[in-house]
Amino acid sequence: MSQRIRSSRRALPGWRCAAAFIAVALLVAGCGGSSGGGTGTTSGGGKQVAVGLITKTDTNPFFVKMKEGAQKAAKANGAKLLTAAGKFDGDNAGQVTALENMVAAGAKGILITPSDTKAIVPSIAKARAKGVLVIALDTPTDPQSAVDALFATNNFKAGVLIGQYTKAVEAGKPLKIATLDLAPGISVGILRHNGFISGLGAGTADEKTTSLVNPASVVCSNDTQGDQAKGQTAMENCLKKAPDINVVYTINEPAALGAYTALKAAGKDKDVLIVSVDGGCTGVKAVQDGKIAATSQQYPLKMASQGVDAVVKFAKDGTKASGYTDTGVTLITAKPASGVDSKDVAFGLANCWG
Amino acid sequence: MSSTQTVSPPGAPPTKTGPSLVGRVLTTPTVGPLIFLVLAIAFFSIKSSAFLTGGNLSLIVQQVMVVGTLAIGQTLIILTAGIDLSNGAVMALGQIVIAKLAVDSGLNPILAILLGLAATTAFGLANGSLVTGLRLPPFIVTLGTLNIAFALTHIYSNDQSITVSSSTLTFFGKTFPLGGTDVTYGSVFMIALYVLAWYVLKYTASGRHVYAVGNNPEAARLTGINTRKLLLTVYATAGLIYGIASLLSIARTNVGDPNAGQTDNLDSITAVVLGGTSLFGGRGSVIGTLIGALIVGVIRSGLQIVGVESIYQVLITGILVILAVALDQLSRRRTA
Amino acid sequence: MTSSRDSTAAPKPVLQARDLVKRYGSVTAIDGADFDLLEGEILAVIGDNGAGKSSLIKALSGAVIPDSGEILVNGSPVTFHSPIDARKYGIETVYQDLAVAPALDIAENLFLGRELRRGGPLGSVFRLLDRKRMVDESREHMANLKIGIKSMKQAVETLSGGQRQGVAVARSAAFARNVVILDEPTAALGVKETGMVLDLIRQVRDRGLAIILISHNMPNVFEVADRVHIHRLGKRAAVIRPHEFSMNDAVAIMTGAMVGEHIEGAPEVPAAADSPRA
Repeated sequence: MSQRIRSSRRALPGWRCAAAFIAVALLVAGCGGSSGGGTGTTSGGGKQVAVGLITKTDTNPFFVKMKEGAQKAAKANGAKLLTAAGKFDGDNAGQVTALENMVAAGAKGILITPSDTKAIVPSIAKARAKGVLVIALDTPTDPQSAVDALFATNNFKAGVLIGQYTKAVEAGKPLKIATLDLAPGISVGILRHNGFISGLGAGTADEKTTSLVNPASVVCSNDTQGDQAKGQTAMENCLKKAPDINVVYTINEPAALGAYTALKAAGKDKDVLIVSVDGGCTGVKAVQDGKIAATSQQYPLKMASQGVDAVVKFAKDGTKASGYTDTGVTLITAKPASGVDSKDVAFGLANCWG
Repeated sequence: MSSTQTVSPPGAPPTKTGPSLVGRVLTTPTVGPLIFLVLAIAFFSIKSSAFLTGGNLSLIVQQVMVVGTLAIGQTLIILTAGIDLSNGAVMALGQIVIAKLAVDSGLNPILAILLGLAATTAFGLANGSLVTGLRLPPFIVTLGTLNIAFALTHIYSNDQSITVSSSTLTFFGKTFPLGGTDVTYGSVFMIALYVLAWYVLKYTASGRHVYAVGNNPEAARLTGINTRKLLLTVYATAGLIYGIASLLSIARTNVGDPNAGQTDNLDSITAVVLGGTSLFGGRGSVIGTLIGALIVGVIRSGLQIVGVESIYQVLITGILVILAVALDQLSRRRTA
Repeated sequence: MTSSRDSTAAPKPVLQARDLVKRYGSVTAIDGADFDLLEGEILAVIGDNGAGKSSLIKALSGAVIPDSGEILVNGSPVTFHSPIDARKYGIETVYQDLAVAPALDIAENLFLGRELRRGGPLGSVFRLLDRKRMVDESREHMANLKIGIKSMKQAVETLSGGQRQGVAVARSAAFARNVVILDEPTAALGVKETGMVLDLIRQVRDRGLAIILISHNMPNVFEVADRVHIHRLGKRAAVIRPHEFSMNDAVAIMTGAMVGEHIEGAPEVPAAADSPRA
């Protein structure tokens, strides 16, 4: 989940402030000059509601889209959006620091996609103790009750959908499965993987299972960090190990495209079924091109905008959002399988992100 | 006393007098970073009233507590012209050892802490032995131990973070009031460690030997300094300090987190460089490192409060690192 | 073979070597070399590149352990395992280029590895350095050698090349009891600075220490040395007195153009200085 794509649309005020800061830095470096310090005014003024958004990383298109959704909703509500992210997937300390700083900055509520679902809990508790509304986006905390509310797609269900699809398409055939997973111990990766296995009916797992379930039909399992290049390497290695693989589960679409490249190079792209999760625009196009058979589409934009709305509502009348709100998941495929609900590529492209 | 007798030998160049006070202040490597830190604080204080509050300043110190402590060890090693890429991973391992033993195995917390410190010290010792014994470059050695510590952390923890509630283990995260602000014991402890390191480096023979070894290892060896033993001690001490950082990390986040510290190696090097210590060894100050760590913390907190995206903090830090290294080079060229 | 004609009471040898051998694989760096240094003299050691003089000097300063042969200090045999051993016998070495830590100040360099600590618990428990005493003593040492640097607290890198060499020499002179070995002390210096260092070497000798001066610079050697040890093919080829021989003679012996079984005294073979073999 760390495909390195840079968003070209960064908030302009950020640039201006950064530029001002660097100007001061250069001033100091150049001549050790006077401590003028700019008196330019950004932000701060008025009774704007401040909403914090903390994503896992700054670079993954999924989170970039999430930020866009939050930005739009904040603008519509006249709220101010503070954003921060961990430096890498799994950077708990970075998220803790961001939480603290947002509380210090006076955020009314904070939306967070926890990198480490357990490790973040004490820090969330501290923020909530100061009266800040904390909503988990996309990924539940462990325990889920550590936050006021959860707005998420169900990653397990996303896995189940592609598992069921695979079962329907490959009905009766003996399966040789490769799973291209995320990274050790990251819950999203475990949920999607186990959902897939469960939907396939190949093994028993539920949303509470904390480790990857690998039945005998999974002949190869590798971590990819959700990265295309690593996905390709992982697939190449799997093909060495088990040349007769016929199903490839991938943690996300970049990993799926990496796997496709490896399979194509080995001349096996026609014989192997690739399924994935995310529903990014590149991913849906890959479904359209037949590179990926099916993908479970999620809606990051929706989670973020609903989250911002909830914080604004809390600031206005004190109503706290609570419980779990499923922002939905849809199976997208160009070749529907009987007995499995799915939408076509046109729907996927209309609702895709990234 | 004997200065009246001093005569320049024939043909000697004119005697250089000691540098002027102003000159000495300006060439002291920590002054630039300090001026910058003060200006950064002034800048953000003007920008937002939420910045310059006791609570927020205390928070900034808390936030740099772990990297700041790691950076003490990093400074020691960089002063010997080495580098340590493994410190974040070793810190993570120490954390897991402490949390796992105390929480999962029910060991006495103090004993768990001691074993955690032993584990990180052992890693420091291993780094030092490979650097001095096999004469491998520190960059490569610590790149290796980085991966070993990372793997051991994940194997031992089974990739699960461990919630810690023991009041002994979280002691350094507790606060006491100081002038109306809550300050954590860990912040005070980190600063005490800096003072100790500063004293040892500046006022004891071993400390001066650290500089000599980094500055000119051959000269140091030939004057009779046991450079191998010194390097071994430096790496082992750094390991011990990383263990303390493990404890501070647990106290701060209340978890043993296998994913902790993954960028702390570079973050600690950043603090060292921003503090004016030369990556070529033999020059610099551990107090500069503290200032360097605080600069990063102030910029991070300030930009967040002003409402700038976190990625700009990374951008500015990058620019500052280049500036700091360039200034180091320029000032050295001038004195050379 | 080590007598001096000038003194009525023959000066005693301070540092001697007999039949030293050092081999590196098939290369013989020291091939049965003898060596004699007398008290209170400046003995220059010269030799062509590869003649093995640096191996000889390293053996004498403890940096290289010879395979066989004997080293004697004040007439008694000794074994050096490291430069620190040699130092225990009062032999200090100033190494070419390696002499100082440029970022440390003069006082710190003078006392590097031999720092003074405060008395009482401040020194024994807190290991606190006695900075003031080190600075004061440094100033005294520097003044004794008439090196005109005022502040002992300036970094050595702010000094000129000659002054840096001065610091290195002062350090050795301050701690040596018997011998100071100087390895190419003027190699990187200009004319004026070289003159200053040569004066410094005389100062050290006049304080009663014997000096071994390794140098390529023939005029320097002839200006300052009392005797000249000429090394060739891993052993001593001759020892001459500068006022009895010309530089050309010395070069001829160095290159083998003149054979010198004649240690001291007139050459048996006529000077072959104009021989193109050099």
